[in-house]
Amino acid sequence: MSETQPGHGLPAEGDGGRSRAPHRVIGTPPPAQARTLLGEGPGSAEPEAPRELPAGPDNPAKARTAERVIAACFIASMLASVGFVAAYVGLEVHSLDATLRSNLALGLSMSVAFMAMGAGATIWVRTIMPNVEQVEERHPLAATGEERQAFAKTFKEGAEASGFLQRPLLRRTLIAASVPLAAAPLVVLRDLGPLPGTSLRHTVWRKGLRMVVYGPNTPLRAADFSIPGQMITVVPEGYAENQDVLAKATTIIIKFAPGQLVPNTPGRRGTVMNWTVDNIVAYSKICTHVGCPVALYEETTHHILCPCHQSTFDATNGAQVIFGPAPRPLPQLPIGTDSQGYLIATSDYHVPVGPTFWELGADGFRGGNE
Amino acid sequence: MTMTEKALEGTGRFLDDRLHGARGVRVFLRKVFPDHWSFLLGEIALYSFVILLLTGTFLTLFFQPSMTDVVYHGSYTPLDGVHMSEAYASTLNISFDVRGGLLMRQIHHWAAILFVAAILCHMLRIFFTGAFRKPRELNWLIGIVLFTLAFTEGLFGYSLPDDLLSGTGLRILEGVILSIPIVGTYLTFFLFGGQFPGHDIIPRLYIIHVLLIPGLLLALISAHLFLMFHQKHTQMPGKGRTDTNVVGQQMYPYFMAKTGAWFFFIFGVTTLLSTFAQINPVWIYGPYNPSGISAGSQPDFYLGFLEGALRMWPSWRWNMLGHSWAFNVFVPAFVPLGLILTALAIWPFAEAWITRDHREHHVLDRPRNAPTRTALGMAGVTFYGILWLEGANDIVSRFLDISLYVTTEIARYAIFIGPVVAYWLTKRICLGLQRKDNHLLEHGVETGIIRQLPSGEYIEVTRPVSEETRAVLEARRGLPQIEAVGDDEVPARSARGGLGRLRVSLNRALTEGIPLPHGNGHGNGHGNGQAGEPAPVSAPGARPDALEQGDGDGDGAGA
Repeated sequence: MSETQPGHGLPAEGDGGRSRAPHRVIGTPPPAQARTLLGEGPGSAEPEAPRELPAGPDNPAKARTAERVIAACFIASMLASVGFVAAYVGLEVHSLDATLRSNLALGLSMSVAFMAMGAGATIWVRTIMPNVEQVEERHPLAATGEERQAFAKTFKEGAEASGFLQRPLLRRTLIAASVPLAAAPLVVLRDLGPLPGTSLRHTVWRKGLRMVVYGPNTPLRAADFSIPGQMITVVPEGYAENQDVLAKATTIIIKFAPGQLVPNTPGRRGTVMNWTVDNIVAYSKICTHVGCPVALYEETTHHILCPCHQSTFDATNGAQVIFGPAPRPLPQLPIGTDSQGYLIATSDYHVPVGPTFWELGADGFRGGNE
Repeated sequence: MTMTEKALEGTGRFLDDRLHGARGVRVFLRKVFPDHWSFLLGEIALYSFVILLLTGTFLTLFFQPSMTDVVYHGSYTPLDGVHMSEAYASTLNISFDVRGGLLMRQIHHWAAILFVAAILCHMLRIFFTGAFRKPRELNWLIGIVLFTLAFTEGLFGYSLPDDLLSGTGLRILEGVILSIPIVGTYLTFFLFGGQFPGHDIIPRLYIIHVLLIPGLLLALISAHLFLMFHQKHTQMPGKGRTDTNVVGQQMYPYFMAKTGAWFFFIFGVTTLLSTFAQINPVWIYGPYNPSGISAGSQPDFYLGFLEGALRMWPSWRWNMLGHSWAFNVFVPAFVPLGLILTALAIWPFAEAWITRDHREHHVLDRPRNAPTRTALGMAGVTFYGILWLEGANDIVSRFLDISLYVTTEIARYAIFIGPVVAYWLTKRICLGLQRKDNHLLEHGVETGIIRQLPSGEYIEVTRPVSEETRAVLEARRGLPQIEAVGDDEVPARSARGGLGRLRVSLNRALTEGIPLPHGNGHGNGHGNGQAGEPAPVSAPGARPDALEQGDGDGDGAGA
């Protein structure tokens, strides 16, 4: 309407468009002054369209009761929020008990504040707002053939105007330039870490390095083991707080009764007896599956169990795998005693410890005991 | 005109003069949203994400993402004097020395669990109701990316406190990355800044956890919502609901109020859980140490299926030309996940290809009405579920008092047998439910009244189903069948060749179902225009139950 009568200047705002409406015959154009700024002249000037939503609730009596319930919910929420602030100010933390009390008070008040808001709003929707179901039309998502053609035309003309299609030299050099441009940022990720080199093949264990009990960090004498049994976790002396070292060098030692260990023979793999001291055998504690510490030991069966994925190793015969996903035995550490009788390593592990990695190779699976 | 009206009009005019908003905003306010309880699942995911952003922001104000070694002297006295990383110490600090810190930490963790759980349930709803069909394939793909990002975000998040449990999780992550052929060792060194654990992993995971992934999540969730909004929401079948309309309540004030209430409920429930249900008590686990571990170590539930795959897989590996293929880790860590995600991603396109159905779908399928799809979904759920249970097999073994190894052996067989059984069982159940629907349509609802006719015969009185129910029951179009042979007995073009024959046989399997009864049994012209012609019988023996009573019974009794 405003498009067909552009010359009428600005209409007066708020001026009786509505009040005049009843006097006008439906379908005739409104006086120019009655048109509003929003350009919906005819609509606003004609009698109001029928309501789409009723103004009141379906059941006014029920709504009156509900109104009080909803208000009570909102007041409860309000009080709870105030309570939350009070709990924050009033309750200190800094100890287990105090934290418990604070958590309880803050959590409860916060829960009530949220739940009461939710409950109030829900009851509001269900009782105050009239229950009206509406139907909205869907239109096919696909554009019409005309629109698609127009799009194709615009796209093609743009491509032609840019010269992208007619100038292969530009096109090819642009593409050629994009590839290294996109690849270049990958290079800067190189310094995220050092190259592996052979670092995964070695631990800090070396000839003469003492083993200390993990935790108290005290060295052990072979003679301290009076009875066979328990598994003890040991770490290299001087590295007890160095996590990078412990992640590979942590070792377990188990003392057996004479004759319990199954020796390694050319035909069958077992414990390398030269690497034991007084029936004490040492294995890597780092599981050959994905590197969890193999922390569980069952004395009666001599099974070492990894609690992560349950790879099970037989401690008597070179920690051979008897169940689970680990692909190779726990490497055995050659141990001996120093002049004072303390347990020491007599070399590093002969094969890499821990999970399989690409460069491990077949040697890693031999257990290093041949 | 009251003051309020004036103020509102003034503001509205100001904004409209500058933004031309009146028209667009009106459309927005009048947008109709269909109602169904299952549509709330996606909202749970959305709102738990909001909760995660809010609580996560609070936590960043106090958390120190640093692996510098410190000696703890805080309020948690059992760890007094213990060496730990700054990350772990600051987590203790948040828990015991920041008011509300423990609550925020717990809400954050509970909301994370709820987030992934809601995404999973939401995905299942979408799959089983066929909401992924045209035109919503793109949103389905975005959803799969969101799911992947969500559990990655969870893994990185719970690794940050650097406690014994989370450090063990990182150690497993190291082992998994090491298993990648050729580049695994290098990737590990680049991710950890050298050998495990190094000093870089926590700060690196931190920035990924608080910036990179949340940014991606936010962008993709926005796209997800925009597409949902633009394409309009799907609706469950019912009276008057078609593929060309949306029946429901409009955005303003109904949907706004309902969804606002829903947000408060979700926030309230996560807070309630965090008040009474302790989660991730890192102070009990202690700081990370590569030498230590506790029995019964479990990841958060959403990584359980990967953990289960690692536990279940045999110790296969292969040495070739001096290199090691760690199939024992690489395969279970990547293949089940890859299988599930790939199958999910290609399914909408596979189904469209098999059915040659390229129409828009806006009315959802009841799961029973697509028996093969539902059965495939349940097979997938079973596959995932067995992996997941195996991820807690130590707990299962203790709970059921059976050997640990037996649980793994069972899982190794069940992973193959379980999905097949689930497929068969689900399909039978779906077809049975279709027969039940047919029975209701043909014979009506039993009233429990037995009437004796003058002739002495007893009849059971039934009444016809209501129009609403009838519309729901009749909304069984089944998936489109393709004709293998045309009228001239020449194979259709799409059914020729190996691929064509494959398509025909897949189509036969996918479209198996019970046809709707001819007419509606009462001759009263009911039907919502969707039922169309009953599909030809495709399954052997899948014939509508023989009518045992005359067609008039229901009507006569109801009168």
